[in-house]
Amino acid sequence: MSATARGPRAAAPGAPLRGALATGARLGLARRLVIGLPYFWLLLFFLVPFLIVLKISLSTTALRLPPYEPLVTWAADGVMQVKLHWSNFGFVLGDELYRTALLNSIEIAGVSTLICLLIGYPMAYGIARAPSAWRNVLFLLVALPFFTSFLLRVYAWIGLLGRNGPVNDLLLALGLVDQPLQLLQTDFAVYVGMVYSYLPFMVLPLYAAIEKLDLTLLEAAADLGARPVKTFFTVTLPLTKEGIFAGCLLVFIPAVGEFVIPALLGGPDTLMIGRVVWDEFFSNRDWPIASAIAILMLVLLLGFVVLLQRLQSREGRA
Amino acid sequence: MTTDSGAASRDSRPASTEAGRDTYVRIDRVTKKFGAFTAVRQVSLDIRRGEIFCLLGGSGCGKTTLLRMLAGFEQPTEGRLYIDGVDVTDVPPYERPVNMMFQSYALFPHMSVFENVAFGLKQDRVPKAEIRDRVAEMLALVQLQDYGARKPHQLSGGQRQRVALARALAKRPKLLLLDEPLGALDKKLRERTQFELVGIQEKLGVTFVIVTHDQEEAMVLGTRIGVMHAGEILQVGTPTDIYEYPTSRYVADFIGSVNLYEGRIVEDEPDHVRIEVPDMATTVYVDHGIAAPPTAEVAVAIRPEKIHITPYKPLEAENVVRGTIQEIAYLGDNSRYVVRLDTGKVVRVTRPNVYRHDERLAWDDSVWMHWHPSSIVVVTR
Repeated sequence: MSATARGPRAAAPGAPLRGALATGARLGLARRLVIGLPYFWLLLFFLVPFLIVLKISLSTTALRLPPYEPLVTWAADGVMQVKLHWSNFGFVLGDELYRTALLNSIEIAGVSTLICLLIGYPMAYGIARAPSAWRNVLFLLVALPFFTSFLLRVYAWIGLLGRNGPVNDLLLALGLVDQPLQLLQTDFAVYVGMVYSYLPFMVLPLYAAIEKLDLTLLEAAADLGARPVKTFFTVTLPLTKEGIFAGCLLVFIPAVGEFVIPALLGGPDTLMIGRVVWDEFFSNRDWPIASAIAILMLVLLLGFVVLLQRLQSREGRA
Repeated sequence: MTTDSGAASRDSRPASTEAGRDTYVRIDRVTKKFGAFTAVRQVSLDIRRGEIFCLLGGSGCGKTTLLRMLAGFEQPTEGRLYIDGVDVTDVPPYERPVNMMFQSYALFPHMSVFENVAFGLKQDRVPKAEIRDRVAEMLALVQLQDYGARKPHQLSGGQRQRVALARALAKRPKLLLLDEPLGALDKKLRERTQFELVGIQEKLGVTFVIVTHDQEEAMVLGTRIGVMHAGEILQVGTPTDIYEYPTSRYVADFIGSVNLYEGRIVEDEPDHVRIEVPDMATTVYVDHGIAAPPTAEVAVAIRPEKIHITPYKPLEAENVVRGTIQEIAYLGDNSRYVVRLDTGKVVRVTRPNVYRHDERLAWDDSVWMHWHPSSIVVVTR
């Protein structure tokens, strides 16, 4: 009885400290979980598939399931054999088709990114400068397409751009053309689809950058004698550069590997690397070559991103 | 001498005789409305060449809006603006011969100090070599010769303020607008910079229009002060005019500390008046006439430092009241007393501590207060 009475009292001075320590430890754990879980998630669903693709890219095709030779085989006497077929990469790099497809993809993605930027910048500027009551509505309108399936929306463009679609109807009605234009299965349709699909990814980071811009800087420029156009190029544009970089990356990278849009809207001569991968995978059943293309693209795009970041941070330091 | 009409002639609103004398900026019946809100109401003001004019007022009084209209960032709803005789009301900011120093400094964060100062000159297509010389000259003026290569974020608050000043002066404007130029600086730095600002202004002969909410700053910097309230200019005058001869209750109360009581004229002669002040339970004697109808409701204002406070009865017969000390604040250079009258009202008195060993007044002491008949300001507005 007396022992139990003394116990808590004796523990009392140290208790708050220990409690604080325990809270600290728990907080630390919570923080580690918050940071750790997404990393674990990424590890599981990005790194593991990547390693599988890397593995396949180092194999050769075979008439079996899955359709490639395993990298690791066990010989009868307990010897482990690892065969790495580096030739896939050499083949992909050496072949004219893949190089053309890749360059074509980069061109289409690059032009699409540029068009997105040219359309997206004024849009983002307009939203950022709109009365705050309007801003949310305009924002919602930009995000609205995401409420429908991407595939459905691309299919919708088939209807819109078809020989009897509304676009041709309008052109005919206005007397701009005598007969329906062949819009589908052209590069034009691919650009339309690309710009349409990726524009929101350009607008959102641009909006964030423009919205942050201090308006008194524009007033200061005007006060010092810069006309609005000059102010835009000397103040607004340099100060929203980060948004431009972010937007361009968000559009360019997925656009290079885009498969659905060129497949549905493009013609037979719209050669894009995404389609080539698809063909290798499903038509040729050449998984190793498809994987090698995927790995090379990843390396290329990573290199591109790193280069851009270098450029940006050097600008920041200068 | 210090008659009310005398004070009015110090008033240099356009109606007064001094109007138009070397006027550089003329603000002619300017009104600015934002929706239903009137930020500036029918303001007319002449600013003279080479002076430092301070627009003084509390937040929301319209002083910044008025300044922004001079810069061209806001369009007046009504009225015209003239700079050096030219109507600039519809001239965009980038074509006005005016530069502004912003409250937030608004330095371009992506440019170096040199590029910031050179920005305005580049817009004018000044030759490169001349830009270099002029920027160097400006940076020397604000004592930042060696900071040209720095970015704004690498500077202290005081240094940024100087860069902003150098940038605004680089184009050699005839008129410089300064929006709370010292607002972001700490007290010590502010005091030093005030005098530097005046020094630079005198050296370059530029006309300054300064917006400030800080009356001390306005007093130190201003050749003349315009006190604004609720979109209107209540009074324009030298710091002395504004402090010693306020023409309205608001100005008397806004500038410095003041004892303000409502009163009634009981004796109205050309050379003196007597005003009954119920709050003080006395009739004050003022040694000058008042240009107001006898029925007008007037207020008497007296500054705390103009009241003498003694423990014994003064010899004077007029302008003497009794009270009890309620609060004492010893500030070193002077002491402030709050004295309660028998009416329950209080009088604030400031007394300089001239001697180290002074007869100290203590809490709850019964004291006498008196003041010179010229010390009372009578305001009718």
